[in-house]
Amino acid sequence: MSQKVLDALTAALPHAVDRTESSHGDEVAWIKRESLVQVATYLRDDPAMLFCSPVFCTCIDRLDWHPVKVNSMDPPPPKAWTEDQPRFEVCYQLRSIKHRTRIRLKIAVPEHDPRCPSLSELWAAFNWQERETFDMYGIRFDGHPDLRRIYLYEEFVGYPLRKDYPKEKRQPLVRRDDLPINPLKRDGSEGL
Amino acid sequence: MGVELTTTRLENAAEWAKQSKLARIPEWGRKFSLFSYPFVTACCGMEFMSVAAPKYDIARFGAEFPRFSPRQSDLLMIVGTITEKQGPALKRVFDQMAEPKWVLAFGVCASTGGFYQNYHAMPGADQVIPVDVYVPGCPPRPEQVLDALILLMERIQDGRGHSQLRTKREGLIREQADEPGPR
Ligand code: SF4
Repeated sequence: MSQKVLDALTAALPHAVDRTESSHGDEVAWIKRESLVQVATYLRDDPAMLFCSPVFCTCIDRLDWHPVKVNSMDPPPPKAWTEDQPRFEVCYQLRSIKHRTRIRLKIAVPEHDPRCPSLSELWAAFNWQERETFDMYGIRFDGHPDLRRIYLYEEFVGYPLRKDYPKEKRQPLVRRDDLPINPLKRDGSEGL
Repeated sequence: MGVELTTTRLENAAEWAKQSKLARIPEWGRKFSLFSYPFVTACCGMEFMSVAAPKYDIARFGAEFPRFSPRQSDLLMIVGTITEKQGPALKRVFDQMAEPKWVLAFGVCASTGGFYQNYHAMPGADQVIPVDVYVPGCPPRPEQVLDALILLMERIQDGRGHSQLRTKREGLIREQADEPGPR
């Protein structure tokens, strides 16, 4: 659909784009982490691009899982996450209302250094979305004006949408005193 | 008060009132005039509207009057999912209600957490406050809610609600310690 956007982006900033691909009708550009702000500024301001509308920002945890095969006749997709590839993918979806095109920027973020440049200076709507991504996945957005938890409470420890968060681990704020097992009383910190 | 007035002419009137049906008059009055506080948090609220609206009409059982302050109500209806973050708010709402008070957990989410078995949902509102009646269903049919209400009314009449039992227990403890106070 908007393959020409990918081509123009690769032509304009060849050093910033790792590779490009298309999946399910959406164009994806893998961006180097350090040039994300440069690419985003170009996409927003260049008259041929004009991506004025921020659609969403989220993250994918590639711990131990891979995209399913869509059509069994196709060859299996390449392994999405291997030991030498980073664990997290931060996704930004942008949309140009003027040119009616869409593009998804993906940034590979390693587990030991979960940082990503913030785009909330360019599109204010990404402010809360980046806070949500931080809340759920623990990605630190450099340059974000107010990076706090947005849904969960301050007392929460860990990031619940990471695949290695225990599935049923709760971190209660209050419990009845007369419960037979009161997790808050039993060990002071750990929840069920 | 009414009990005392009608029994002043009897010797040992208090003893007599304890044994008689007259002592049940306050409970009888309470069960037919429940003022509910709907703590509506999720999709069960739609079914609560249906219960309250004319077709099923909870007013037939005397519980038609939702109050929007917990201080004026004696039946807390927990309608919907309770998250761990909401726990302190729910406990505070319950603590603001005047005694005696009853709690009805509306739907599986409020009863057990339902299909939310994860980091954010509380496994039942009874983790935080005592619940008198649980209504299963996702969401429950209005008939089930009315059934639960009748069950709760029987409990109130028998004095078996959580807060009634607590008051009774505290009264007994005071009696044993021979302290003055409401019995
Ligand atoms: S029990 Fe079902 S209908 Fe009710 S709040 Fe939970 S999910 Fe919604």
